[in-house]
Amino acid sequence: MSGRAVAVVRAGALTTVQDLGRSGYAHLGVPRSGALDPAAARLANRLVGNAEGAAVLETTVDGCALRPLRAVVVAVGGAPCPVRADGRPLPWGTAVRVPAGALLEVGAAVRGLRSYVALGGGIAVRPVLGSRSTDLLSGLGPAPLADGAVLPLGTPGRVRGPVDAPPWPGPPEELVLRVRLGPRDDWFTRASLRTLTTRAYRVSPAGNRIGLRLDGPALERAVPGELPSEGMVLGAVQVPPDGRPVVFLADHPTTGGYPVAAVVREADLGAAAQAVPGTPVRFVTAP
Amino acid sequence: MGERALLVELADGPAAEAFHAELLRRRAAGALPEVREVVPAARTVLLDGVADPVRLAAELPGWEAGHAPAPARGVVELPVRYDGPDLAEVAGRWGVPEAEAVRIHASAVFRVAFCGFAPGFGYLTGLGPRFEVPRRATPRTAVPAGAVALAGPYTGVYPRSSPGGWQVIGTTDAVLWDADREPAALLSPGTRVRFVPVPGSGEGR
Repeated sequence: MSGRAVAVVRAGALTTVQDLGRSGYAHLGVPRSGALDPAAARLANRLVGNAEGAAVLETTVDGCALRPLRAVVVAVGGAPCPVRADGRPLPWGTAVRVPAGALLEVGAAVRGLRSYVALGGGIAVRPVLGSRSTDLLSGLGPAPLADGAVLPLGTPGRVRGPVDAPPWPGPPEELVLRVRLGPRDDWFTRASLRTLTTRAYRVSPAGNRIGLRLDGPALERAVPGELPSEGMVLGAVQVPPDGRPVVFLADHPTTGGYPVAAVVREADLGAAAQAVPGTPVRFVTAP
Repeated sequence: MGERALLVELADGPAAEAFHAELLRRRAAGALPEVREVVPAARTVLLDGVADPVRLAAELPGWEAGHAPAPARGVVELPVRYDGPDLAEVAGRWGVPEAEAVRIHASAVFRVAFCGFAPGFGYLTGLGPRFEVPRRATPRTAVPAGAVALAGPYTGVYPRSSPGGWQVIGTTDAVLWDADREPAALLSPGTRVRFVPVPGSGEGR
């Protein structure tokens, strides 16, 4: 392992290892998993000279602290947050070099929820079914970070020329989710579907990596009863019996028995993963 | 369904199994456009990660899915101790003594209709409609790994300990899921399964 590793000094509320997820195993009940804001994970990786699919750390709300055993190039992106090495401020959102043994502090998110910490060489834990992602639904992949854990790093690539202004989109003030209705829109009343696409919802604090939960008007069913289990997709707007829609994120179950009223565009889900509780949400139909 | 997926709805479970088998045949023959996931379920098949879903949707109706699924090679035999806490309840619902319930369950040949709930958890069909049972009114907070359980038309085996509402009739020592094994899942859609009573359990009581 050549001594390239980082020690976890403060794991934070929930910090997980994530890459771009597991593909091709949904028929066995294996969720896709992967970074909730994949554009942020890809960009952070590019900044430190990694392949876009290298494993990074995904923090939740309050960041984490790490101590690299050897000097390492780091980029912290996604949710903006203070970054420090041995107490000295470092720039967020760009590649910085952290000396061996320094305390790298990734602070609490100033806006948004999830910061991404890319380290040169990537987190080199053993892949499971082709991915290093922690899947919180099924427990596959490495456990969430714990204080004192040591994570191996891979061989770093070459950091390309400096990037003056990496294009980090800010976390949304209002989350606009473009949806296509179906496949089970006919299980809801027309009035309810109008409600879904015209009324305001808010991000509920009960969300997690499995789904974005929403507070707001409940959807009424036109068809009662249980739907036979069917395959679920990323971005599915599933409506459980309480009528409040849940937008499926990366750790979503592969099959489910609650009807899906609509599906959110994949391109909008990164912003959904960064929307803090209370953020207003609108669903708009898009072709 | 969304931008990159098709949810194909079939008339019933057997039709979904046949259509799924046809998709796998086409995929093996290189005659299926690239699709990231093919996920069969109770009476649907989901195709996710499809490059051109409109075009694929136009082609699907012409595909022959009438013939029965190709018989899977071999049958996976799962040794079972029929000692589950809900065996008496299930036998009661079937209107037979426990030993007869064990005989009925152990003489059926099952087929994995689809997977879900947890990695390696298969929904197995093979008992007739008169042997359907409801879920437990109160789910258990922990069903042990290896529990063989019934709900609706399905039999399933819990790959790991988890909460669950199925009626537990027995226990197997078979390892349903091992991410370090190739393949990780003992049961995948289409696999045929038989439950083999372990001597000294159920039948002898």
